[in-house]
Amino acid sequence: MSAAGHVPSLGPTEAQLTGRPDPASRRSGWSGYLLLLPGGLWLLLFFVVPTVTLMATSLYDPAGSLQTGYAMTGHWQNYVEALGDYAPQFVRSLVYALLATVACIVLGFPLAYAIAFKAGRWKNLMLVAVIAPFFTSFLVRTLSWQYILGDNEALVGFLRSIHVLAPDGYLLATPFAVVTGLTYNFLPFMVLPLYASLEKLDPRLIEAGADLYASPVTTFRTVTLPLAMPGLVAGTLLTFIPSAGDYINSELLGNPRTRMIGNEIQDLFGAGDYPTAASLSVTLMAAIVVLVFVYVRRAGTEELL
Amino acid sequence: MSGVAWRGRAWLGDHLVLLLGLLVLLYMFLPIFVVVLMSFNDQSSRNSYTFDGFTLANWTDICAPYQLCESLGTSLQIGLLATVLATLLGTLMAFAMVRHRFRGRSSANLFIFLPMATPEIVLGSSLLALFVNAGLAGVLGFWTIFVAHVLFCLSFVVVTVKARLAGLDPRLEQAAADLYANEWQTFWRVSFPLVFPGILAAALLSFSLSFDDFIITNLNAGQEVTFPMFVWGAAQRGIPPQINVIGTVMFLVAMTVVLVGELSRRRRAAR
Repeated sequence: MSAAGHVPSLGPTEAQLTGRPDPASRRSGWSGYLLLLPGGLWLLLFFVVPTVTLMATSLYDPAGSLQTGYAMTGHWQNYVEALGDYAPQFVRSLVYALLATVACIVLGFPLAYAIAFKAGRWKNLMLVAVIAPFFTSFLVRTLSWQYILGDNEALVGFLRSIHVLAPDGYLLATPFAVVTGLTYNFLPFMVLPLYASLEKLDPRLIEAGADLYASPVTTFRTVTLPLAMPGLVAGTLLTFIPSAGDYINSELLGNPRTRMIGNEIQDLFGAGDYPTAASLSVTLMAAIVVLVFVYVRRAGTEELL
Repeated sequence: MSGVAWRGRAWLGDHLVLLLGLLVLLYMFLPIFVVVLMSFNDQSSRNSYTFDGFTLANWTDICAPYQLCESLGTSLQIGLLATVLATLLGTLMAFAMVRHRFRGRSSANLFIFLPMATPEIVLGSSLLALFVNAGLAGVLGFWTIFVAHVLFCLSFVVVTVKARLAGLDPRLEQAAADLYANEWQTFWRVSFPLVFPGILAAALLSFSLSFDDFIITNLNAGQEVTFPMFVWGAAQRGIPPQINVIGTVMFLVAMTVVLVGELSRRRRAAR
């Protein structure tokens, strides 16, 4: 007790050290629950209950309709049919999301690194620049890629002239355009967590690597990358998950052969085939949960979850 | 090797990452340039997205495309209402998570995090399944969009306010208590002013998330049309240049908010 005034800033453990409750433990019991109650109820009613409802809907008899109602028949066949009919769209979604995530890492790492270590007094400005495009409508920005990648515009003309594209080659309405759009839309979600991790990294550790005769590549591999791992993992999840479920880029920049699973779910709901749509949605969620767990396990960052 | 070339290479080696980073930023800004350019487009054909000439007509006649301004109004209303409720509920939750100790805190944390980790299409279809099963298929519209927006904004508010709260020294509140402030006074005179920037940031984030949402909204909107839904519909028929005016205005408004915030922060820091 007498040491109370001398204990430096130790955060929550102060309470254990001094026996004097700090505000974090002062109010225990019901008052915390009371503050959580309204928001918690909203989450329960509009997140947990709907998820259960979605799972139930995925087992309805597909013979029903919105007008006549659906019968709950435990129709597991929905899943068999959904996976059989829509396997290409599933694979495509995961492949596009993976490609976009890799592209986000390749583009996002130098940017985050530059902001953390090279920007100097321009750091804040560059950070604002990363989130600035966010504030214009997602759809309007995605539509502007239709112009940038358009058949008669400068980019395609240039690529044709240097023979990267065939004389009648094009970019719009290709898988390339879809992945470009996904990469563009979710890049800030990679840059920001990466920056947050790199910013905490002491640049002297990188200097120490050089002092000990490590090549820049070795220093990067053994010092920078492991310390940036939490940001890299968070960024990967934040880009992969929304990319896998997206259908805007595929619809606006792709063609009928680039349809992703989101396109199908949206269209099936629109057409009133709720059981099939729900089973696709549940399958997508399950696939993502499994992939995320495997990935986080392998990356050795379980504490993030 | 001459000194100049050597120095040039050394400079390049030192600044290579910065140059790469600036190139990536250019990639991120490219669409913004296009949006601004296209807002002045004197469009000759609705079927092709090309720059046909300069005009100010789109800026003076924003509401010309059918339903554009109505949809903007709807989005603003939903955005404001959802922001108010999500910020209120989320701030309470953040205080509970940081300043209170109770059983099940880590599961509460996971529970709040989950909606952010769920793809929008899954969140949207779950809500639609709920509404339809509850016999509400006929009332899909303004209020179902509102419910959905509060839901996905909530987690972002909790995370943002929590980050601000966790960075505050709890001894400031202790000091207030030591100086005989009661809990109510401590909250309003000490905690709230210190957390306020976090709450403001959370509210701005909520508004922009709500204003911009398409996938969840599209599933739960019924006959209601929000601005992103208007853009989506327009994109199928040919894009009216006015949506680029709105895009440019959104960008300018957001930049103004960021600038004012940064300036007031600097002024406070200088004092």
